[in-house]
Order: sequence, then C-alpha cells, then structure tokens
Amino acid sequence: MINAVGRDIPEKVLKDLNMKPFAGTYARNGEEYKKAAPTVRCWMDPKESKMVDSIHDVLVKCGLRDGMTLSFHHHFREGDYIVNMVMEEVHKMGVKDITICASSLGKAHDPIVPMIEDGTITNIQSSGVRGKIGEAISTGKLKGYAIMRSHGGRVRAIESGDVHIDIAFIGAPTADEYGNLRAVGGKSDCGVLSYAYVDAQYADKVVAITDTLVPYPNIPASISQVNVDYVIVVDEIGNPAKIATGAAKPTTDVRKLMMAEYCTKFVINTPYFKDGFSYQTGVGGASIASTISLGKIMKERGIKMGLGLGGIAGPMCELLEQGLIEKLVDTQDFDLKAIQSITNNPNHIEITGSEYANPMNKGAYVNKLDFVILASLEVDTHFNCNVVVDSNGMVTGAQGGHPDTAAGAKCTIVIAPLLQGRTPAICTDVTTVTTPGETVDVVITDYGVAVNPARPDLLECAKAAKLPVKTIEELRDMAYAITGEPEPIKFGDRVVGVIEARDGTIIDVVRQIKDYEWD
Amino acid sequence: MEVLRTAMAGTLESSDAQVTVEPGDGRVELDIESSVINQFGRKIKATVEETLERLGVDNVKVKVVDKGALDCTLKARVEGAVFRASGYSEDEICEGKKLPWGGAIR
Repeated sequence: MINAVGRDIPEKVLKDLNMKPFAGTYARNGEEYKKAAPTVRCWMDPKESKMVDSIHDVLVKCGLRDGMTLSFHHHFREGDYIVNMVMEEVHKMGVKDITICASSLGKAHDPIVPMIEDGTITNIQSSGVRGKIGEAISTGKLKGYAIMRSHGGRVRAIESGDVHIDIAFIGAPTADEYGNLRAVGGKSDCGVLSYAYVDAQYADKVVAITDTLVPYPNIPASISQVNVDYVIVVDEIGNPAKIATGAAKPTTDVRKLMMAEYCTKFVINTPYFKDGFSYQTGVGGASIASTISLGKIMKERGIKMGLGLGGIAGPMCELLEQGLIEKLVDTQDFDLKAIQSITNNPNHIEITGSEYANPMNKGAYVNKLDFVILASLEVDTHFNCNVVVDSNGMVTGAQGGHPDTAAGAKCTIVIAPLLQGRTPAICTDVTTVTTPGETVDVVITDYGVAVNPARPDLLECAKAAKLPVKTIEELRDMAYAITGEPEPIKFGDRVVGVIEARDGTIIDVVRQIKDYEWD
Repeated sequence: MEVLRTAMAGTLESSDAQVTVEPGDGRVELDIESSVINQFGRKIKATVEETLERLGVDNVKVKVVDKGALDCTLKARVEGAVFRASGYSEDEICEGKKLPWGGAIR
C-alpha cells in the first residue's frame, strides 16, 4: 500500500507487524488510547535486599526465557559496556529469540552480531544502529524485522503497549542499594538518564547496573527506587572517554562555516527570533558554529533564549552561563561540558524522553520549539529526509529526535552540504524516508538555501536575509551536474527493517541489500 | 599509447581514487571497487573506458579503488597512471616523450 509519503509498504509487512501505513504527521492527533502497564512484584518486607551478585543471578531471578524482550538505554553512547555484558550472559545461558529494545545501538555493540547470526537475538528495536549490526540487518542476518523508532516514538510504543519490556537493564553512573539512580557523581557519568525513564516505568523487571554504589539515599534521583527491582555492582559500566568527549574544536571547514552563517542569517530574519524564543540544535560542525554565531547576535541585540532543548553540548551550556538562555532542558549529554553544566547549574534541567518528544502524551517539549537545526544524510525534492540508511542502502544511522523535533518546531531547518564526497545530499528521492517533508521548512546547503513551498512566509524571510535562494530542484540539479545522476539502488525483495513514524505507523521499509550487478 | 610497466596514481583518501594499470593480455580488463558503486558504478566504468580510449590504450589491466571521486578526478588519476606506465613523467619530457597537455590530457 502506498503511504502518505509515496512509499510502497508491502501488505505482508503491515500484516506481520500489525501496523498501519503512515497517513500524515498529525493524522492521529486527538486519538484516545489506554496505556499499557507492567506486572510488578512488590517489595513490602524491609529486610529484603535488592542487591544481587552477578548478571547471571539476576537473569535467573528475573526468570529469563526464550522470546523475552530486553531493554537498554544509550546514554553511554559509544562507551557503553552494559549491552554486551548482559547479552554475553544471556548467550551463555543458551536463551534464544530475544528482542532487544534499545533507545539506540552503536559500534560499541558490534560484539552482539554473532548472537544475531546464531538466533540468540531475532528482533531489534532501536532508534538506529551503526557499524556491524547495521551490516547484519542490511544483509538479512536478523531473523525478524529491525524496527527503527524516533526517541519520542519509542516512548509512545512502550506506553501504548506496542512493545512490552520483560526486563530493563539500566546502566547507572551511581546507585544506592535500594535502586535510586543518578547520572552524575560516579566514574562513568552521562549527565541524564532521560531515555531510560520509560523503561523503568513500563518494564516488568528493572535491573540497575552500576560501578559506583553510594550511600542511601542517592537523591534527587533520575530513576526512583519505586521502579527498580535489583541492583548489581560491576567493575565498569562504560568507558568514560567515549561516553563524554572533550570539547569539540569549533570547525574551521569553510563550507560548514558558510552554511552556519546562512543559518544564523535566516534565523534572525524570522519573526520567531525574539526575546524568549526556543531552540534546539545538533552537534555537527555547522550546527555548533551557528549556535556560536547566533549567541553573538543575541548578546548584541539583548535577545534571550527562553528554552534551549535537546541533546546538549558545550556551546549551549556556554550561552546558559552567559545568561543568554533561561532554561536548558536536557535529554542527552554529548560532552564533558554538558555533564558539568547539568551537575552544577540549577537552570540546566533533566527531562524524560516522554516529556521531550512523545507524540502521544498530553504535550511534549518539542511542540514548543520555535527553531530546530538538524542535519541529514539525504534530503529530496519533496523535502523528505533520510537519516538512517546510507546512499548504498546500508542501515548506518539513527532517527534520534529528528522526526520528533521536525514535527514539533515552528521552523525546521536542515543543514546539509550539497555533496558528501560524490554522493549528492540533495536528490530526487531519498533512499529511505525517516522524516516527512511536510515537517521540513528550510534546507541550507553550501550552494544555496531552499524553502519548502508550503512556507511562503519563510521564503520572504530568506529573501529579506539576502540569502542565495534556490528551489530544491535547482539544488538537486546543481548536485547532479557535478556528480552525474545517481543510479537507483537495486535492493533484494526481503524487507529487513521498518522505519516507524513517531505515531507508530510505517513511513518506509528497508530492504535487504544485494551485490552490485554491472549489467 | 602503450602501457609498458605497472604504475599507479591517486590515493585512498575520501573523494579520490587510486588507479593502478599494468600491461594487459591484448585487451582492456577493468576491476572496479567503489564506495559509491551502487549509485555510480556504471558512470565510473564509462569514465574509465572513455579515458583509456582517448589515450589510445587498448591493452591494459586497470584496477580502480574509488572513494567517491568526481569524474574529473577519476579521469586525472587514469591519465596519471597511464602516462607513468607509458614512460612519461611529470617532468614534461622524459625518455624523449612529452606530456600532451591540451591534447590527450584535458
């Protein structure tokens, strides 16, 4: 069936997963539904201890068996040890047919690939995957479907019961013996535990794994004792050097600096740029550079940001310290500066994944965004974005908050260089749709700026800013003139993955890749 | 033009291509690897074939390891490898052979 972004979703996939095709970003607005609930074992006797000696013992206590769904968070990013540590033990116990429901997976988790091949893991649900897991999915090694969800979409899926978590494993930088978990004060600080909050609320069993046991009570807690069954202490939950990197050097790439300048010029020429505006940006070179240049203009004009949202990196914290941001509202920390900031600054506040981006709660923070600055692997002439599958068809990225913030913000800006090597970032049709074009307003490239025809108001802003305005088709033609028109990728027939829209419908599918055929 | 010995041009950096040529078995034999093969495989092949034809090379083994090079880069790397293999060098005149700037080299 052809969905609202023109993608053909095979009937078999819709039937296998009991899902509907994407019908538009706000199609489910106003719908009523009943939330799911976990089965909880109560802890009434104060003499009972939650401390367990090993992962093996806790898996036995939780009644691990074939077919269960295990969940993980990705706040330790590429420094995470938890997924591999738990799955190694699951593998040793010979349990099969596990579904991994993670907020994201990365290259750090390459060691689980053999468990995909031998049937220990048969389903993966994640924001995305990188490295060898992506290759395993794209080459058809995973038995079931890989389901890619946005950060908000994952919360929705868990809360609505689309996925039921049997056991949640929550890596915690600090924990007390009764399960109060914090993301600071330990050896492997990650700043916040936002994405794990829904796991703690909705999983039947919740296991905290820490390397820093602290005296009771470990509060204010990101995750409370009332939701935690067991606590385990291990030597290391992660590699601090990969959890939080040092300050990234501001980019000196002239292409990125030019795109950042276009972005700032555009932002300050919109009516949304006024005292109290709200803003989210990513951690790419151009995004960081535009945050820094925007800060200068805010200072000059005496304009303050009311709300800074999202995954947070150092430059946003610096604006907070300079008094240019009222509240910094945080779901993920990308560097040491951000972790220090949330530890020390009372105006830098942790929120849950649901508060951040869940489309089916009673109002998420993304809905209050004026601006979001995003990147994209590909943008097409319909303004659809692809952030999960590379131009060769390989799963290699993650949705993250891309579709959530794009759907929420009044002005969604995507920065993409016209070419990534020989690959045109602006193309006729993206390989895979992750963010629908109806939610993307402005595309900034090093060769010009295109505005979605649905936003004539923003086109006027771009003209007023004296930016090199082009149509999206013109940008594509400029790209193709340099690279040549790319051949459409030939996939195999089998659907190996599903791109789930944030409302739980299917926006696109990912097919198995096949070797290039010359004829 | 005759490929007399094995020669190479280019690097494995992103947006470059490394081209190796060696004397052939009486025909043109291509071996192409590319990071963008699914999108540009045929174009890369056509560019390499056209460049060889323009240089009058019909007896060669060519290996291309492409890292997303644009056509202009690919052409330059094929030309570079072929001229090195044919006894030309960057010093314009080498073994009495002058590089055909503005001729076969465009």
